[in-house]
This record gives sequence, structure tokens and C-alpha cells, in this order.
Amino acid sequence: MTIQTDKNTSYAEPGIEGLVADWSSDKQTFDVPWGKLMMWIFLLSDTFIFSIFLTGYMNVRLSQTDNWPNPSEVFALEIAGHHLPLILIAIMTFALITSSGTMAMAVNFAYRGDKRKTVILMALTAALGASFVGMQVFEWTKLIVEEGVRPWSNPMGAAQFGSTFFMITGFHGLHVTAGVIYLSIIARKVARGDYEKKGYAIVEITGLYWHFVDLVWVFIFAFFYLW
Amino acid sequence: MSESAEQQHPIGIYLKIWLLLFVLSTFSYLVDLFHVEGYLRWTLILIFMFLKAGLIVTIFMHVTWERLALKYLLFVPLSAIVVLIILMAMEGDYTFMIREIFFDP
Repeated sequence: MTIQTDKNTSYAEPGIEGLVADWSSDKQTFDVPWGKLMMWIFLLSDTFIFSIFLTGYMNVRLSQTDNWPNPSEVFALEIAGHHLPLILIAIMTFALITSSGTMAMAVNFAYRGDKRKTVILMALTAALGASFVGMQVFEWTKLIVEEGVRPWSNPMGAAQFGSTFFMITGFHGLHVTAGVIYLSIIARKVARGDYEKKGYAIVEITGLYWHFVDLVWVFIFAFFYLW
Repeated sequence: MSESAEQQHPIGIYLKIWLLLFVLSTFSYLVDLFHVEGYLRWTLILIFMFLKAGLIVTIFMHVTWERLALKYLLFVPLSAIVVLIILMAMEGDYTFMIREIFFDP
């Protein structure tokens, strides 16, 4: 068995033999901090939750005989006299992607021990997340008040549109909100110097959660808004 | 532990991936803006979606740099979801057929 030590893979990645060795050696199987492993397992369970939501949405959309409202038109906005389809959703997508980028950089700076930049980037991430939630509140308000969409009916067509929309985007919004709170707490603790001795794995763990929220949005954006 | 060795990537890689995600999102938005319809629309949406998801998971979430044991932990269980999607698609089609026959408005 040869173990590569490539600079890009950064540490030994011994493939299948490594997998067998990891599981069969008399040591812990996963060579990562326990908090990180637990976050991954939590995210795996969350993946199942969102997959079930989206599968449920697929099932009701396939089986309904009414007209499915056209999301492109439902989520259109008039800005400065221009009719722009789906524009708010596009802005929300860009806000979330940017927040993911700043979070990835925060993790990098944390491992370099640059506390100041880490805190700034985490605060920026939280701010972008909060702006995402703000835009979602605007979207929901517009849909409920102006368009008259309810979880049980809507004037545009299939009733299932409202129920799946509120359930899926609501659950995702809840995750973003929780992420903003989580980020703020960890950023404050980083600023206070709580992790100087323990190491900055916590920033990576927080980052994993945040990227996951972005990841889920990629799927919601494709399946709910664009399909 | 591997953290110290793991985090030596230059910042540039995150900026490049971020830019790429931005471009891919713009493309998927343009699919809607230019009213691409039918199979081409669905194919494009899925391609952009999987590319974006792949970039986020592999680079931003550092899965590329994880050991195979962890990768398998994350990806093997997802096969259950694939099975669920296939079953529910079949079930949805069947329900639609039955509704068309018995509840035709």
C-alpha cells in the first residue's frame, strides 16, 4: 500500500485501503474533531428531511390535475417600471452564495489564527443571512397579502402550491435564522478569544452548517422556483 | 488531528469558487428569463444545480480533503433518497392517472 502525500490533498488519502484501515484499526474510525463529525451526521439527517420535503413536493405536483401556478410570474416584481420575473429570488440566491463565500474565507482565516478577519467575515456572513431572511419576509408578505396565497388555496391554480411553498421555504428560512443566531454567538466567542487554546475547529463546524443552508437553497431554487 | 495541515489553501480558491457559483446562478436565472422550455430547460436547470451543489460540497465544505471513510458516511445513505424519489415519481404518476379517470373536472 502506498500513501500519497500530495500537497493538494494535504494529507494522506489512501483510498479504499485507507477506508478499510480506518474502520478496522483499533482506534476511532473518523479522524476529525468529534464536533465536526456530529455536525456532519446532523447535516446528513437534515439532508433527509429536506429531501423528503422536496420529494413530497414532487409527488403532489405530479399528481395534481389543476394548473400549477407559474413561479416565474408569481415571484415577479415591478422595479422602476420594469417587469422582472423572479428577480427577488435571484437577489436572495446571490446574497446566500456570497455569504457562503465569506464563510469559507472566515474558516480559512480562523485556521491561520487571524482572529480579527475571522470575526469580520463571520459578521458579514450573518448580515447577509439576515438580509436573506428579510427578503424572504418581504416575499411571504407580498404572497399572502397581495396574491392571496394560503396553504390550502390560492387564486392562481393548484392548492398544493401554497402548502408546499410555505412548508419548504419556511423550513429553510428557519434554518437560515438559526444559522444567523449560531454565527453571531460563535463570532462573539471568537472575538472574546475563547478558542485561542482550544483551536478554531468550531469555525469550520459553523461553516459546515452555513454551507449546508446554502446547498439546500440551490435545490429549492432549482426545483421550486425554476422548474 | 489534521486541521493544521488541512487548512493551507490560499484564499484565492474561495474567491474563484464564489465567482463560479455566481456565474452558474446567473445562468440558471437566464434559463428562466429567456423562457427556455421543455427538456432543454430541465436539463440546464439540473446541470447548473448539480454543478453548484458539487462546488459547495467539495470545496466550501472541504469534502475533497476528507478521508474516504467520511465521504462514504455522507454519500452512501443518499442512495435511499434516490430510491424514494423513484418510488414517489411512480406513485405520483399513478395517482395522476387515477384522478384523470375519476375526477375529470
